[in-house]
Amino acid sequence: MTKKKAVSNDNIRMRTQGLSVFYNEAQALFDVDLDIRANTVTALIGPSGCGKSTFMRCLNRMNDYVEGCRVTGKVRLDGFNIYKDSVDTILLRQKVGMVFQKPNPFPKSIYENVAYGPKIHHLVNNKDELDALVEKTLKRVGLWDEVYDRLLAPGTSLSGGQQQRLCIARAIATKPEVVLMDEPCSALDPIATARIEELIAELEKKFTIVIITHSMQQAQRVSSHTAFFHLGRIIEAGETKKIFTEPEHKKTRAYIAGKFG
Amino acid sequence: MTKFFQRRTRIAMDRAKKKKSPFLYKSYSSKPKHKRIRKRKAQERRFKNMGFIAIVISSLFLASLLWNVFMTGKSAFMEAQILLPVKFDSALVESEDYRDIVHNSLMGLFPDVVKRSNKRALFSMVSRNTHNELQSYIEENPQFIGTTQDVWVAASSAVSVFYKRHLYEQAERGGKIVPAEAAWITELARAGRMELKFNAMFFKNGDSREAEQAGILASTIGSFFTILVCIVMAFPLGVATAIYLEEFAKKNWFTDFIEININNLAAVPSIIFGLLGLSIYLNLFGLPRSSALVGGMVLALLILPVIVIATRNSLRAVPPSIRYAAAALGATPTQVVFHHTLIYALPGIMTGVILSIARAFGETAPLLMIGMVAFIADIPKTILGPATTLPVQVYLWSNNPELGFVEKTAAAIMVLLVLMILINLLAIYIRKKYEIKW
Repeated sequence: MTKKKAVSNDNIRMRTQGLSVFYNEAQALFDVDLDIRANTVTALIGPSGCGKSTFMRCLNRMNDYVEGCRVTGKVRLDGFNIYKDSVDTILLRQKVGMVFQKPNPFPKSIYENVAYGPKIHHLVNNKDELDALVEKTLKRVGLWDEVYDRLLAPGTSLSGGQQQRLCIARAIATKPEVVLMDEPCSALDPIATARIEELIAELEKKFTIVIITHSMQQAQRVSSHTAFFHLGRIIEAGETKKIFTEPEHKKTRAYIAGKFG
Repeated sequence: MTKFFQRRTRIAMDRAKKKKSPFLYKSYSSKPKHKRIRKRKAQERRFKNMGFIAIVISSLFLASLLWNVFMTGKSAFMEAQILLPVKFDSALVESEDYRDIVHNSLMGLFPDVVKRSNKRALFSMVSRNTHNELQSYIEENPQFIGTTQDVWVAASSAVSVFYKRHLYEQAERGGKIVPAEAAWITELARAGRMELKFNAMFFKNGDSREAEQAGILASTIGSFFTILVCIVMAFPLGVATAIYLEEFAKKNWFTDFIEININNLAAVPSIIFGLLGLSIYLNLFGLPRSSALVGGMVLALLILPVIVIATRNSLRAVPPSIRYAAAALGATPTQVVFHHTLIYALPGIMTGVILSIARAFGETAPLLMIGMVAFIADIPKTILGPATTLPVQVYLWSNNPELGFVEKTAAAIMVLLVLMILINLLAIYIRKKYEIKW
């Protein structure tokens, strides 16, 4: 479906080192080390409750909003540890965007949805630039042709697939380096899913993408690297092709064969 | 056309019966399974009927209350007026003896009244305020001095009530009317000199000792000032409290404690807030007694917990995913609240606030404690001046056994109810128009 990108460089954008996460007393992640390469799609797979979402929320510090959550270890973005006290989470989240499982556009206009991020980060100087940015972003997610004549309609009036593309547009409008996607297609029908997957392949050229998915086919279609999580640990990580054709670990083999999870 | 549909319906029913559909109640046999279904359906129907009966009973109570108020109060909107041929004698106008002018005019209408007691009865036919009205009439029209003019003047409350009752064929319960007066009223009515006219004074005057002069304007303005103070104080305070507690405060024993206290405050009897206002606002701070300012501040205390609870509930109704979406875009917690959560919760907040204002609007007890129960004849000019409110006015009038005040009480209740309905309609309108469906 999409062209697999050969791993031509070891260009690491994000790297976690000894990342452990605790929810109150319960530990959810155990010493996770993972490299996320620039301009590739990295898929996180694993059974429910294995810590994929927790891991992803560490990458843009959304775990700060979870009560009782404690993070140890390091998460580096371009070499800088984002868990240092001096890090401004506002700027971090501008650089690391996020798309959620359920489409959650703001109940504002389509235009406002896309324009909100650039506005609060002062990425544009005037209305014309903002208009141009909104148009460019909507075109990039392939939504422009469908909504150009009703930009002021509420974002919630769109269909599920359109809403999710709007959310992706909203996330990439702040010009992030990394886009995190937490099961972006789980609430969508196959056609909408296919569109999102095409979009991901398109976005890969410009952004580093981390995607959580429960669909093995989707992981194979969109990602070039895959990490398999189980019970809060990374069991196996590497090139997608290798993980799905000759997995080293027998748990990985069982999971991708659908034996558990 | 109707026949066509009737026929179609019958055919459909026949077909359904023939098929013995298991979903049709009539086709149940006496098998245990069918018995169970029948029982279940009966239960369902019983519950539905009980609810319906409850609604009917409460509607009947409400309807009888409203009917009673309406029947008592409708006559207050009309008053009897007498067409008096007033002789504006220049000497009397000069010496400002308007009372004599009124008396002379009445004597002119009934020249055969000579007995002193009868004269007194005759003079009390018109409102006791008539001479003031004539004075202002002549000040506006000085060219009438020395002439005789036909002027409509308000009849006294007793005459008015008698005349209205007479019209409604209840002459035997006339009130404080002597037989001579009854005869005069009949005579005036026959001569076309007594008519029922729209009672503008009811909407233009403040309170008065004379029932025919008493109006609701002063208390309505007082209510308006009181509610204004109440909104200005309670809305920002309540909403800010709710936002802080819901969006920013850490959840610990202290915030739990505050929350419990707020919920308890909402259930405190309103008169307690009146006592609080009396001891704090009046005795400690020395704010002006019986003023709209203190009244509004007391009512603000009263509705503050309600506003806090309503606001927290509507903030909670905004799904967390929206907060996460905004936060993941890099919005600060304050931006998340003021750009998103609060905006989306606003229709709910407004509804809650308007409904609690409606509650404050109808509140009487706490205002009695801070002296807003005073007799207010003048229209209040500022929030610092003595004032009373519409429900307190109703309370005051209801203590007065005079028939004229009985109908005024009912009429004031009607005005109060209409204003209440308008406030509630506003709340419904806002909810329907701006509500966000998730």
